[in-house]
Amino acid sequence: MNTVAEPTVIDAVDRAIIVATQKGLPLVARPYHAVAEQVGIAAEDVMSRMQRMLDHGIIRRIAAVPNHYALGYKANGMTVWDVADARIDELGRRVGELECVSHCYHRPRHLPDWSYNLFAMVHGHDRTEVEAQAQQIAELLGDACRGHEILYSTRILKKTGLRLGG
Amino acid sequence: MMDALDRAIINALQNGFPICAQPYEAVAQQLGTTEQELLVRLGKLLEAGTLSRFGPMYHAERLGGALSLAALKVPPQDYERVAEQVNALPEVAHNYERNHALNMWFVLATETATAQADAVDKIERETGCTVYNMPKLAEYFVELKLRV
Repeated sequence: MNTVAEPTVIDAVDRAIIVATQKGLPLVARPYHAVAEQVGIAAEDVMSRMQRMLDHGIIRRIAAVPNHYALGYKANGMTVWDVADARIDELGRRVGELECVSHCYHRPRHLPDWSYNLFAMVHGHDRTEVEAQAQQIAELLGDACRGHEILYSTRILKKTGLRLGG
Repeated sequence: MMDALDRAIINALQNGFPICAQPYEAVAQQLGTTEQELLVRLGKLLEAGTLSRFGPMYHAERLGGALSLAALKVPPQDYERVAEQVNALPEVAHNYERNHALNMWFVLATETATAQADAVDKIERETGCTVYNMPKLAEYFVELKLRV
């Protein structure tokens, strides 16, 4: 499990690297050298600083993010579960390990309107597939779960990347 | 259309990318292609929107920032007005309409926790709707792993 962490210290050079790479890594043979040139430091420093940020979890990973819709995953369900508080960490971890789950969080309830405390995003080609994935989660949770719902997005109202100011 | 090499690239690059002088060369070797071909393919996949981004994923909270998921129960007749008011805030990163009584769900991304509380207050004041703020208490998994 990954509890909400204390901020890790980054300095002005780290910050410059983040600003230079948060839109993406350059598509050139030596991308870290290109970043180094932009930031004005040696390529070795860019690589060692990025490795340090990776080791400390400041960088979750360096990777490609697929577009669900473009890959045919047109049904994206936010499944929400009312799970016994005493078991949520153990069960949340196991739900997060399921192949179909991309994000899994413990969030606060807002009673009486909102009784769900476990959120798991699942992705399917259609809603039938999403429902089957939810069933898999339901079986895993068993009698620790008192109820669940699947919320689908019916419209994207706004979508911008998360950005750190330069 | 994607071919086998495109699929192999998408599957491989979701798992991670090396930090070394010529990382594309290293990945290309594993995939049995050339550095140049990989760069061209990757550029096309990004341009076509098959990949929404490629690079380091930064962890906002570890940079001192605050992220939260929040929801509103918006009366149908007010929905477009409220969507406009919520979207106008730079702190709102994503906003989705969802099929539930809580029918508007958005991500608040701020540089501090105080700024998050301020954004919540501002949204309540402007829209007249109660904000159901749900900052994460624990994170069990965050990773896309779509096989193609």
